Amino acid sequence: MSNVTGIGVSVKRKEDKRFLMGRGNYTDDIARPGMTHGYILRSPHAHAKINAIDTTEAEKAPGVVAIFTGKDMAADGVGSVPCGWLITQKDGSPMNEPAHPPLVVDRVRHVGDQVALIVAESLAQAKDAAELIEIDYEEMPATVGVASAATGPLVHDEVAGNLCYDWEIGDAAAVAEAFSKAHHITKIDVTNNRLIPNAMEPRAYIGEFDKGTGEYTLYTTSQNPHVIRLLMGAFVLNIPEHKLRVVAPDVGGGFGSKIFHYAEEAIVTWAAPKVGRPIKWTAERSESFMSDAHGRDHVSHAELALAEDGTFLGFKVETTANMGAYLSTFATSVPTYLYATLLAGVYKTPAIHCNVKSYFTNTVPVDAYRGAGRPEATYLIERIVDKAAREMGLDRVEIRRKNFIPIDAFPYQTPVALQYDSGNYFATLDRAEDMADVAGFPARKAEAAKRGKLRGLGYSTYVEACGIAPSAVVGSLGARAGLFESAVVRVHPTGGVTIFTGSHSHGQGHETTFAQLVSETLGIPLENVEISHGDTNKVPFGMGTYGSRSLAVGGEALMKAMNKVVEKARKIAAHVLETAVEDVDFKDGVFTVAGTDKAMPFAQVALTAYVPHNFPHDQLEPGLEEQAFYDPMNFTYPGGCHICEVEVDPDTGVTQVVGMTAVDDVGNVVNPMIVHGQIHGGLAQGIGQALLEECVYDESGQIVTGSYMDYAMPRADAFPSFKVDNCVTECTHNSLGVKGCGEVGAIGSPPSVINAVLDALLDVGVTDISMPATPAKVWAAIQGAKTAQAAE
Amino acid sequence: MPTVSMTVNGKQVSGEVDARKLLVEFLRENLLLTGTHVGCDTSQCGACVVHVDGRSVKSCTMLAVMADGASVTTIEGMASGETMHPMQEAFREQHGLQCGFCTPGMVMSAVDLVAVNPDPSEAEIRHWLGGNICRCTGYHNIVEAVRDGAARMRALGKAAAE
Ligand code: FES
Ligand code: FES
Repeated sequence: MSNVTGIGVSVKRKEDKRFLMGRGNYTDDIARPGMTHGYILRSPHAHAKINAIDTTEAEKAPGVVAIFTGKDMAADGVGSVPCGWLITQKDGSPMNEPAHPPLVVDRVRHVGDQVALIVAESLAQAKDAAELIEIDYEEMPATVGVASAATGPLVHDEVAGNLCYDWEIGDAAAVAEAFSKAHHITKIDVTNNRLIPNAMEPRAYIGEFDKGTGEYTLYTTSQNPHVIRLLMGAFVLNIPEHKLRVVAPDVGGGFGSKIFHYAEEAIVTWAAPKVGRPIKWTAERSESFMSDAHGRDHVSHAELALAEDGTFLGFKVETTANMGAYLSTFATSVPTYLYATLLAGVYKTPAIHCNVKSYFTNTVPVDAYRGAGRPEATYLIERIVDKAAREMGLDRVEIRRKNFIPIDAFPYQTPVALQYDSGNYFATLDRAEDMADVAGFPARKAEAAKRGKLRGLGYSTYVEACGIAPSAVVGSLGARAGLFESAVVRVHPTGGVTIFTGSHSHGQGHETTFAQLVSETLGIPLENVEISHGDTNKVPFGMGTYGSRSLAVGGEALMKAMNKVVEKARKIAAHVLETAVEDVDFKDGVFTVAGTDKAMPFAQVALTAYVPHNFPHDQLEPGLEEQAFYDPMNFTYPGGCHICEVEVDPDTGVTQVVGMTAVDDVGNVVNPMIVHGQIHGGLAQGIGQALLEECVYDESGQIVTGSYMDYAMPRADAFPSFKVDNCVTECTHNSLGVKGCGEVGAIGSPPSVINAVLDALLDVGVTDISMPATPAKVWAAIQGAKTAQAAE
Repeated sequence: MPTVSMTVNGKQVSGEVDARKLLVEFLRENLLLTGTHVGCDTSQCGACVVHVDGRSVKSCTMLAVMADGASVTTIEGMASGETMHPMQEAFREQHGLQCGFCTPGMVMSAVDLVAVNPDPSEAEIRHWLGGNICRCTGYHNIVEAVRDGAARMRALGKAAAE
């Protein structure tokens, strides 16, 4: 079918006009009748005991409606903000899971911890009143960096050594055996720098209570409203789900940071009936820095055992991960099941073992951020592969090719639990080398040298696991939720279709991509399709959008529901056309009877479904609406090759990315324009991590990078135009053959950038650099290498 | 409380405001023009860019009272009826937006760029947008959109100061 709005076409986005005309509907744009404004007073200390809170003066301040502290919530029996993933430790015991009260009671554990809610007629009045609250803090020494967490002051008195869990995966004995046979062992220590997600829309919530119906409503900047409803209703506030509506309207970017159930959601929802009016809370950017879950923050030591010809024999890794002060919703799964299971990468390394220790520190909770665990794994692998090649005098591309999982080895079972269903890492590498004009690199390098610049080329060949996830698998690994997705297809009497999806778009363009699936499948024009998402009172229970799962899981649920619609419509057509169901074909939006000229367009079937004047009611129900839930069989495994080209100014240490090529196999592509846009965004976040971004705490636990003045958010001039293309191997276990494209850019690119920087600095003797490779760091490394060479 | 009057998107408006009220708050809260966004508190993200007397301004960095007597254009005032401004059209055509949060500020900034530089190069566009942060697009398609928007504006004779 040459459907101009169907699968594979770069259809322009349906949602764009409202965003471009200023007609979006973000949470902070919503004003509810009688709405009050909430301000959260936060801890200025990393760690302190609260001896007393005096709100007397503040309560008298103009415009103040009410002030609440942790004591009020505790007295009301409010529960702890829960963690959604239980990790079982090496010794079989459960992880340590200390309580996380939405408003603290007598101790603050990170700068930004929530101390009180001030509700007032205006935000300015709430802030003024907050200034009048007297808090008697008794400062305590803080544990800040993950490296010293084991011996630092206790963040939670009941958690010895600040250890959340000590966990392992893989076969240690097989790895020891491999290492005993190694010709060469390459060792590396890397830090995966702590990042702050920084979706451009700050988090915002409105809590509301309807006295008449007893129903609570929470408007929230969430990637997954049903998950919030479940976690907040069942675990924190004890509100039954049929009395709690959660709405996530237009959401301005998430990148993982809006998956989690945050304390402020529970605080405003809990307080709304107490003040008898809706309460809006919107984060200021400085609050985002100290209260949005941060990302990454791993320190790892890894060793790769190689045979003389460069074949990988074994890989062993020790990682410590920072959980922050409390366990955020999916924090515990990130350095374990989303990280260590990816340590085979694209290589057929036969023996792998990884030990992960996660610690509490007096910092903001750390959780999933675009890629979540897979960027950390990819960075470690791709750095050590480059280092091994260099140490052994092997070509860095050849060593990769030699160890790639062969094309005919799929499905490929890795030694760390995953089974990759499909992939072709040779194809993406070849295409990327071609697009990046690797052949012309020596000439470009020579030309740059004439200008006094050091030019380098860096590779990253990667695979990731997304389309999260088979419920049975994640359930067996400790997930306290299923990870299916849902869809309802409602065909209206006049042939228009509304799709209710459990997926949630916060920039991904579902309103277009999902409509394309409908257009293709039902043969109706795009403008007859509306996608509804984000409201628990409208859409069936769904798990939301993260882990590049919308198309691979949500799209499949939609396909399943549409297939049911087509089957039902076929029965209706058969009845009207007076033929057997088996004889009815459906193509391009028209039902036909084989071998006759009988035909019935989809819209006519729809009308008949709702005007069932002569239906045999024992055989055929009126109406045309179907629902489906889809639970995938496996993760999906996008992979590819990123090649970065940089130019370093040795006098200033400034690194400019001059070329960024990404060839990703994300399976079949529904809308290439949208997919490439997703990849561009991921690349920018990956390059940002490699060169610019880092959340820095000082020794006392204060955030040094607490605003856009200090946290180096990438601007337009940080990047070149990107070269992006796709190669396709289809996912073998979903009907669309799709894999997922949301995170690949951020997963694959950071090591390509650092490998490029190190390639550029090779001639001046620099062999290691950490992320972010800032000008100061690069310059210092160059000076250090010069000094070392002079001393030799 | 002081009173302010200004022209917003061609309409005369006035209201009583707290002296400390920012222009962006006046637009969003008093006039319900919520297309102008707030993405930071240090005047860096550019989500709040509007035009004041024809030039791009960060409306989070200006008090409402400072705009007294001014002519303000917000993203809601860019289209003619349902026909989008050529720069808005270009953003849609080139997929220059994803979540849409930075978008109004980007468009307002880009239109001002074309007013002062009708045919900006890639480097000039990237430099000009230094005060507008986007976390979604990696800027690639925003640059394409601004280039395309500039061409559309030139073709319509709109590239001269708006
Ligand atoms: S809100 Fe004005 S620059 Fe960020
Ligand atoms: S489109 Fe989301 S921040 Fe720019």
